[in-house]
Amino acid sequence: MISKIGALVGVLVVSIVAGVALGPVSVPFGVTADLLWEAFTGGTIPAGLAGQYHIVWDIRLPRVLLAAVVGAGLSTVGVAIQAMVRNALADPYVLGISSGASVGATAVATLGVLSGLGVYALSVGAFLTGLGATALVYITARTSRGLTPLRLVLTGTALAYGFSAVAMLLVFQAPRGEAARAAMFWLLGSLGGANWQSLPVAAVMTAAGIVYLATKARQLNAMAMGDETATTLGVAVNRFRTHLFIVTAAMTGVLVAVSGAVGFVGLMLPHLTRMVVGADHRKVLALAPLAGASFLVWVDVAARMLAAPEELPLGVITAALGVPCFIFLMRRRSYVFGGS
Amino acid sequence: MRVELTGVTVRNIVSDITLHASAEVVGIVGPNGSGKSTTLRCVYRALKPDAGTVVLDGENVHKRHFVARHLAALTQESQVEFDFTVAEVVEMGRLPHDRDPVRDARVVSDALATVDVSHLASRSFLSLSGGERQRVLIARAIAQEPHVLVLDEPTNHLDIRHQLDVLGLARGLGITVLTVLHDLNLAASYCDRLYVLDEGRVVASGTPAEVLVPELIAKVFHVTAHVVAHPTTGVPQLLFDQEVTP
Repeated sequence: MISKIGALVGVLVVSIVAGVALGPVSVPFGVTADLLWEAFTGGTIPAGLAGQYHIVWDIRLPRVLLAAVVGAGLSTVGVAIQAMVRNALADPYVLGISSGASVGATAVATLGVLSGLGVYALSVGAFLTGLGATALVYITARTSRGLTPLRLVLTGTALAYGFSAVAMLLVFQAPRGEAARAAMFWLLGSLGGANWQSLPVAAVMTAAGIVYLATKARQLNAMAMGDETATTLGVAVNRFRTHLFIVTAAMTGVLVAVSGAVGFVGLMLPHLTRMVVGADHRKVLALAPLAGASFLVWVDVAARMLAAPEELPLGVITAALGVPCFIFLMRRRSYVFGGS
Repeated sequence: MRVELTGVTVRNIVSDITLHASAEVVGIVGPNGSGKSTTLRCVYRALKPDAGTVVLDGENVHKRHFVARHLAALTQESQVEFDFTVAEVVEMGRLPHDRDPVRDARVVSDALATVDVSHLASRSFLSLSGGERQRVLIARAIAQEPHVLVLDEPTNHLDIRHQLDVLGLARGLGITVLTVLHDLNLAASYCDRLYVLDEGRVVASGTPAEVLVPELIAKVFHVTAHVVAHPTTGVPQLLFDQEVTP
């Protein structure tokens, strides 16, 4: 287990350096590593490398780190949500957060609301409506006996259709085709807006969420066996599910605000991880964030490079990379996929 | 350890259930919908009674951690979505206890050995047969080191050999066992005492010989039964006429 974590940390470090080196203007891998080393250790940089340093430090590194944070966060939220609603098909957006966020994002892009916030308008709009949508799902799904998995999934799915309808209406009513395109692009996921300012909130939120969930790994195991079983093992099921709901909603809200609704990662990375280490959440929660982080770094590299100078939406690439990967593991392993 | 229910009432499902069990195997029998599972759910805290109390050695079962450390339950839940190994499932029984990796590992391996499933430890739980699953869940309960074991129809979907096997295991633990059973003959064979529930109320209680009499069976189950002594054990067993009484 320790060796698996070590290997994945190594893969992540190499991925980050490679992610910074690769792009429309490639910086040699060795130079990138040197520049990053000097930057982190407070060394000096030859004047001739100032241009490359600017690309590496100011443009690429925050974006690559944000990709790692988003990948780690979405994978972790996927693990937690699948256990929370006891459904192998659940993903971070099953509670309506991405469709809710799309309402805010499209409203900002097409109607120009929140324009006073400048470049942050899209993120703030998405975050606010995303959390608003989740709150609505929570209130609708809640009963006197707490949150039950099926009600949560059903409510989230049903309300998501409503939110999507509003977003689509906004796109079709948009006077400018350009704005609609921007909104659609954002919805499929992009890290184009990454900078050093957008990183800390997402990183802190994601790290805090991962730590919280990792400390609750055994409770998640118990809950995966059923609410009554978890109760007999001393888990306060209703309270725990409410906590999980809040933590995953806050994490997803922040991630959607900085990256749009990147699909597939939160659904499939948990399964890919389970295929390798089994269902024990102590192992899954240790490895899924690292695997997700590396995965999204490479996805973002592909998004920048494949159609350069144009960028592709992340959601397109996560699916294009993830599906073959998934099929390979599915064929190779005798993975029991929800029930037998 | 003593389990005591006093006047337990849940909506209109069960009313005024009073029963107890202490270092013995106590069975709850009754027709479908008579409130057997609801009664048990109050014991393992899945349900809070509207009235009445459930007490474990003087402590009210509201105390979540106390109960989890002393009482284990096999519920009727079976919709497991995730592919845990047998060892991981059994290890979940350690959750209520303070962590101690060395001791936990020993308790888990002892529990696996007790129910004779050590060879399945690294197998996928979902790949097991019904009988094996039930053994593994009993191993999980044992790993919880309970003083009370609550079983909700533990023989469901099992063939006769595994039915005897599971109840024999539970009885062999020597702790307080409270179990709902459908099969009256199994109840007569494995339980020290029985409570009969009908329409949410306790209508009879006592040893199997006292309780399982044709008049009561006719009244509660609407079938005609004949009581015979088991040829080797002498335990009362029931034979049923084919016609059901209205």
